[in-house]
Amino acid sequence: MAYLDHAATTPMLPEAVEAMTAHFAVTGNASSLHAAGRRARRTVEEARETLAESLGARPSEVVLTSGGTEADNLAVKGLYWSRRDADPARTRVLTSPVEHHAVLDAVHWLGEHEGATVEYLPVDRYGRVHPEALREAIVRNPDDVALATVMWANNEIGTVMPIRELADVAAEFGIPLHADAVQAFGQIPVDFGASGLAAMTVSGHKIGGPYGIGALLLGREYSPVPVLHGGGQERHVRSGTLDVPAVAAFAVAGRVAAEQRERFAHEIGRLRDDLVDAVRKAAPEAILGGDPAEGGRLPANAHFTFPGCEGDSLLLLLDAQGIECSTGSACTAGVAQPSHVLLATGTDADLARGTLRFSLGHTSTEADVEAVAKAIGPAVERARTAGLS
Amino acid sequence: MTEISQQRPRPLRVLAAMSGGVDSAVAAARAAEAGHDVTGVHLALSANPQSFRTGARGCCTIEDSRDARRAADVIGIPFYVWDLAERFREDVVDDFVAEYEAGRTPNPCLRCNEKIKFAALLDKAIALGFDAVCTGHYAKVLVNEDGTRELHRASDMAKDQSYVLGVLDDRQLAHAMFPLGDTLTTKGEIRVEAERRGLAVAKKPDSHDICFIADGDTQGFLSNRLGKAEGDIVDESGAVVGSHEGAYGFTIGQRKGLRIGTPAPDGKPRYVLDISPVDNTVTVGPVAALDVSALTAIKPRWCGAAPTAPGTYTAQLRAHGGETEVRAELVDGQLEVSFTEPVRGVAPGQAIVLYDDTRVVGSATIATTRRTAAVAV
Repeated sequence: MAYLDHAATTPMLPEAVEAMTAHFAVTGNASSLHAAGRRARRTVEEARETLAESLGARPSEVVLTSGGTEADNLAVKGLYWSRRDADPARTRVLTSPVEHHAVLDAVHWLGEHEGATVEYLPVDRYGRVHPEALREAIVRNPDDVALATVMWANNEIGTVMPIRELADVAAEFGIPLHADAVQAFGQIPVDFGASGLAAMTVSGHKIGGPYGIGALLLGREYSPVPVLHGGGQERHVRSGTLDVPAVAAFAVAGRVAAEQRERFAHEIGRLRDDLVDAVRKAAPEAILGGDPAEGGRLPANAHFTFPGCEGDSLLLLLDAQGIECSTGSACTAGVAQPSHVLLATGTDADLARGTLRFSLGHTSTEADVEAVAKAIGPAVERARTAGLS
Repeated sequence: MTEISQQRPRPLRVLAAMSGGVDSAVAAARAAEAGHDVTGVHLALSANPQSFRTGARGCCTIEDSRDARRAADVIGIPFYVWDLAERFREDVVDDFVAEYEAGRTPNPCLRCNEKIKFAALLDKAIALGFDAVCTGHYAKVLVNEDGTRELHRASDMAKDQSYVLGVLDDRQLAHAMFPLGDTLTTKGEIRVEAERRGLAVAKKPDSHDICFIADGDTQGFLSNRLGKAEGDIVDESGAVVGSHEGAYGFTIGQRKGLRIGTPAPDGKPRYVLDISPVDNTVTVGPVAALDVSALTAIKPRWCGAAPTAPGTYTAQLRAHGGETEVRAELVDGQLEVSFTEPVRGVAPGQAIVLYDDTRVVGSATIATTRRTAAVAV
């Protein structure tokens, strides 16, 4: 088996499994006032401190959520509502067309139901938003912008955005910038405090932690309107009893992700480069996705477009040989759509259907790359015969 | 001669089309149990599943895709969803609308088999290295000594679907697998088997109507697509007896929904005799005027060699229709058919499928009919 879909989810780290299982049998609601409650709360707060440290944030800036999607929704909707409440003129939302659906669909919803005007910032052929593009959009009317949201690194093609520069532009105008850093965390330096971001999303299961846990890093001066109302946990912006075992395990994974990042990026980057070379050798016509420049994209991401092939066909053929990867694009009821990311970078719609994303992770080996090297040529040939349906 | 799904020299790579219904699930399970290397695929046939239909019927819902996936899980085979919505719209839905607009009565299931399941899907399957496409149709493929294939009716006549498969040619049949062909379903055998296999779709209701018409309202679907076009309903003498909102909404032999105010002179029910899209007129008359003694059918397709001489066959003229004896002959590439006994309710656009006992000989599309009674048609 060659599991090459770590961007979808990566195996839990043994340390995280250990932390999680250690807490399963421990009773205690972190909101309770008695000894058991305090014990649970201590676990949560220690985890929060660990996560904060791993992400260059203060513990109070870590708002725990059920995952990346919830954190994105809280940031986008919550900040929109609070900013609009403070000034009804603020209804413009600036974003990129290459965002994950958790952001894309949230801003779309604001447009449909909350009177937002959604503006998609232009991206270059690597899917990158340039600071000047953000500035141009803002200066048209700085007073009506509720927020901007641009992902730190793209989940499909791996392109890294100039977040610091974008945040500087937004800060000039006092506009909060949110970034979905789900893919970036653990692969490239992610320092919330130094970034200038107002809010940032991270997720547990993408870094070797458990499913169903994530966090919104949230600057202390921001009070987004909650999406979930209830018991007032997490600074009153995210109610709900905390999942103590998951929080503990998330923190362990977060610590490892931060501590090992440099070594991981170096090693996995080399393996990724080998994989890219192998694919190009077997299928010279394959188009490499994302920014090829050093540091231009995530070290664990290898994204290809195979002209005349359907990504679906390639996936099936590789799957049958034990190679697990992704077409990279989102599914609707299991139906692959042409990638909105590739379409935004100006790729032709037919071409955008022929994508494969290999994403490496902490369990990836040379054998995985060899398996791809062996299988990809015949698979591409076959898929091209099958053509586009 | 042997049943093809049961006797194979080697395990085949089989792509099982899984609609989410009980039949295709059991068919896939049987193919896997027979030792074949089976992969399940659900065809997404509408571009926006949610907007088309809700509920458990038909084959286009998210629920159906989930049911198919769960069946594949239980059978233990890989499963994928393939998007053939664009092809389906072009080849089946648009054709369906165009046929009605032209005053004919299409069979979209037959068209789907011809153009989607055993064309687009089969071609893709073959290209990807599969040997056969497996479906839950009730029909049999038998293989002759020389390797040629024959399509036969299913063992259970009540469930037989060879009519909607009659359009398949030799090549298509060579790659078709129908594991349910020999099933006797009178005692709900398939559902019992599904239950035994742990397939949750065992209790799912059968789908009957057209999968892309959510509520079964074909007239409503057509008027949405084609707009209203009011016209006259006339009797055999040409006298106006009513009005309609679009001639395309009718089928030859239809009795219900005519909303004719004036009673017939004989007080008996009246039926649609003719649909004329050119002047947007629907002609009605007594049941006897529906009797057809002969027809011409076009675009014949043969399972095996085309017959060279006139022959006597049994024929089926619509899905779920009975058998009738005919004499048929190929004249200038068209099929000329005469009936031993007059038949009723023969609608242009439907297929005529010719059988030699249980064997499908060929299929053609009914173009024109000749009535027994002197009716101007």
